[in-house]
Amino acid sequence: MFNLAIGLGVVLLLAILFLIFRISSLIGVAKGDTDKLETSSNKINGAMFLVFLVGTGFLFFWYSFKEFENYNLPVASEHGVEYEFLFWTTMAVTGVVFVLTQILLFYFSWKYQYKEDSKALFYPENNKLEVIWTFVPAVVLAVLVFTGWKVWTDITAPAPESTNHIEIMGYQFAWGVRYPGLDGELGNTDYRVIEATNSFGIDFNDKAAYDDFIPREMHIPKGEPVTFNIRARDVLHSVFAPHFRLKMDAVPGMPTSFTFTATKTTEEMREELNDPEFNYEIACTEVCGRGHYSMKLTLIVDEPEDYMEWYAEQESFLKRNPEYLSKVPTELKEVALLKTGIDNKELD
Amino acid sequence: MSTTAEVNIDQEVHHDEHHDHEQGFISKYIFTTDHKMIGKQFLVTGIMWGLIGVGMSVIFRLQLGFPEMQLTWLKPLLGGWISETGQLDPEFYLALVTMHGTIMVFFVLTAGLSGTFSNYLIPLQIGARDMASGFMNMLSYWFFFASSVVMMTSIFIETGPAAGGWVVYPPLSALPQAIQGSGLGMTLWLVAMVFFIVSMLLGGINYITTVINLRTEGMSFSRLPLTIWAFFLTAVIGLLSFPVLFAAALLLVFDRSFGTSFYLSDIYIGGEALPNMGGSPILYQHLFWFLGHPEVYIVLLPALGITSEVIATNSRKPIFGYRAMIGSMLGITVLSFVVWAHHMFVSGLNPFLGSVFMFLTLIIAIPSAVKVFNYLTTLWKGNIIFTPATLFSIGLVSFFISGGLTGIFLGNSVIDIQLHDTYFVVAHFHLVMGSLSVFGLLAGVYHWFPKMFGRMMDEKLGHIHFWMTFIGVYMIFFPMHYIGIAGFPRRYYSWTNFDAFSSYTDLNMFVSIAAFVTVAAQFLFLFNFFYSMYRGKKAPQNPWRSNTLEWTTPIEPGHGNWPGEIPKVYRWPYDYSKPGADKDFIPQHIPLSQTPESNLDHEVELAKKEVADKTADAKSDA
Repeated sequence: MFNLAIGLGVVLLLAILFLIFRISSLIGVAKGDTDKLETSSNKINGAMFLVFLVGTGFLFFWYSFKEFENYNLPVASEHGVEYEFLFWTTMAVTGVVFVLTQILLFYFSWKYQYKEDSKALFYPENNKLEVIWTFVPAVVLAVLVFTGWKVWTDITAPAPESTNHIEIMGYQFAWGVRYPGLDGELGNTDYRVIEATNSFGIDFNDKAAYDDFIPREMHIPKGEPVTFNIRARDVLHSVFAPHFRLKMDAVPGMPTSFTFTATKTTEEMREELNDPEFNYEIACTEVCGRGHYSMKLTLIVDEPEDYMEWYAEQESFLKRNPEYLSKVPTELKEVALLKTGIDNKELD
Repeated sequence: MSTTAEVNIDQEVHHDEHHDHEQGFISKYIFTTDHKMIGKQFLVTGIMWGLIGVGMSVIFRLQLGFPEMQLTWLKPLLGGWISETGQLDPEFYLALVTMHGTIMVFFVLTAGLSGTFSNYLIPLQIGARDMASGFMNMLSYWFFFASSVVMMTSIFIETGPAAGGWVVYPPLSALPQAIQGSGLGMTLWLVAMVFFIVSMLLGGINYITTVINLRTEGMSFSRLPLTIWAFFLTAVIGLLSFPVLFAAALLLVFDRSFGTSFYLSDIYIGGEALPNMGGSPILYQHLFWFLGHPEVYIVLLPALGITSEVIATNSRKPIFGYRAMIGSMLGITVLSFVVWAHHMFVSGLNPFLGSVFMFLTLIIAIPSAVKVFNYLTTLWKGNIIFTPATLFSIGLVSFFISGGLTGIFLGNSVIDIQLHDTYFVVAHFHLVMGSLSVFGLLAGVYHWFPKMFGRMMDEKLGHIHFWMTFIGVYMIFFPMHYIGIAGFPRRYYSWTNFDAFSSYTDLNMFVSIAAFVTVAAQFLFLFNFFYSMYRGKKAPQNPWRSNTLEWTTPIEPGHGNWPGEIPKVYRWPYDYSKPGADKDFIPQHIPLSQTPESNLDHEVELAKKEVADKTADAKSDA
């Protein structure tokens, strides 16, 4: 019944609209509006452009200033500061061009609307003008490119020797994290040996793998270079840590990496934002299937001392899953036991 | 020379008249070889696809703006894709996003825009009786139709249509284990795209051949309307880049069905390790974007061409910098092929390549800037008549500025690190590519409707349609910049899992409401379009007092376009408000020798030559 009433209402509304349309077009014919060019609707449209310019211009500035704190995420990495500089420089340059050209576009539209007694200016070309507005944008863009290029080469430069390697692996629909352990070297992996427990496909033929650990929480130190060694084991994913201005795709079959230095610990950020609940988050930004929107990883930035302490406490994968000792080649068993710190007696 | 041409034309005319009598319904409206009817077929199919594509966006905007909303009322339409609790299925959300992109980019803005207007306008504006090959042209439409049928079918199958984003990156698109849509839906997607590419190539070859070979006497390249230049260059881009998409699709078919490993390597999924090794998903991205980026200009250039024509006509002024406009279009055409990897800055691409592509990408901003300045100067000191087409063209220039400038952010590889795959990108390309091209399409329809159907569209409805759409589009896409700067990723079913993205529910709601209002406004256009087709005011011969050749044909041109001889062309198409002339326009077919009062210095010489040629012709005939 209710649906029927709505349906009838819609039909009635459409009929009324149609009637209004018919009547107004008939009035138009009767008045002979259609043969004239300088009509009232031409004036209205011209004026609307000015109204639009002022109205949306106000909205744009008002909202941009009012919401600044909300859309401008705080920066927590060294290169993030340079990113911010580039972003806001570009914003300033394009902002000026944006405002000027939109004002000209709408102002001209209003100012030069049709008038019966005026004639347009026959002005087909001016090479000088063309050269100017080819050359000026070229110079401005060249400056933007070169500043961008310098920062880009810094960000993508090879990681320093001292960097902390951490592996992030994307899979449907979560992130796995693996640390290199005390030897500072991530062991090899092979996707063919992946199982429910050995979800990384750690290759136990590699000595470096024995002390690798897979923690429950992800920690990184403040003020030290950190390299994310990024990979995926099923489809494309993308590591996105917005506060660090960091993003890199995770590609099956092609390891990628991103090196950065965090500048604020989680605690410091909580104080800065006055939000005791704050946590750094990693999201996935390459569509990967049903759970794409839920691939969250929380990341904790510690003071270097706290980080060292946490790091030393972690137990290696092999120690937690001693059944995998059987996969270690016999000649390397001793090494494995040494590196993981498993007591021989425990095994017996 | 000219006499033989005339004889040929006479024969042709005779032939066509003969033909007209026996043309039945099927050969006139369905399997037609008349470029005008084929253009209309593309237009109507494009509009239909536009409705479907936009309808999909309404459903996912409901999800994004009102995530808590009960959608049980959509069950009759979507069936099992609405869960028991009345929520949209996350996988179907991805399918909607994917199909919205595919439909809008390919079926609406490529086929619907360039298919319609290249077909309709090229012969009419260059002075040709039809396309170089009417038959190929017909095939082009019917391949597009076949593609449409296949794509449409994929929406209704049980596992749903392709759902890996419109770029269909493997491995997601290659593995049905990864997402349901990569099963039969993806197969149909690939089949449809293959048909689509064939259609575009048949059309493109035709456009190019026609523009090069069938121009009427006097219609040199330097006298072509900018619309034709735009369609011509669009066809060149399409012809060079679509085959690469074909290759990408073919390799994907092999990977999906025949066990090859072009794109697949080291994959463990669904509890098993796949045997594929040595492939590279990045290879697909390179191949895809080698079409994908030029594709942006395939939808952009026709819209810009239409705008140039409409703005010049209705501001009663020659387009400013005709040669610079052609130059910048040529620049865009060439550069469009060397910027593709800016879509891949964070894909794991070699950083050195990233620098190269950043440099090339920002160069392409220069010809775009030149075009904007030229449009502004064309409006300056004009005498602007706000037909609906003019309004949409001015709106288009506004989008070109807004969306173009954000391209400078994204083209910078450093800034792209943060903004890549966020709503900033969504805002950018919906303004500069989506809305701009839609506005070009609408401007074109309003402007050439009288030629297409012999009747006028209602102007007032057109004005209301414009203002609702123009304001609506800004209200939808401008807020997305803020959401994007805040880092909100695209293709997210919901953001509430993340603290960082849990704000802006209000803004998302606002965007959704703006979208619904804007979509509703399109029904004004649909009504206007179909109503005016039958009941609109009869169109005069040259309603916009325009210079181009199509307005010299009968009000409703038949097969062959001109009943008699094809008019000759004596001047460029932009002689508006020429000093000395009594009217504010001089069409292209008026000889310079007839307008001594308004001829410029160099034209005085040409006028003399015209007269001399005529007398020489007359003598040789005698």
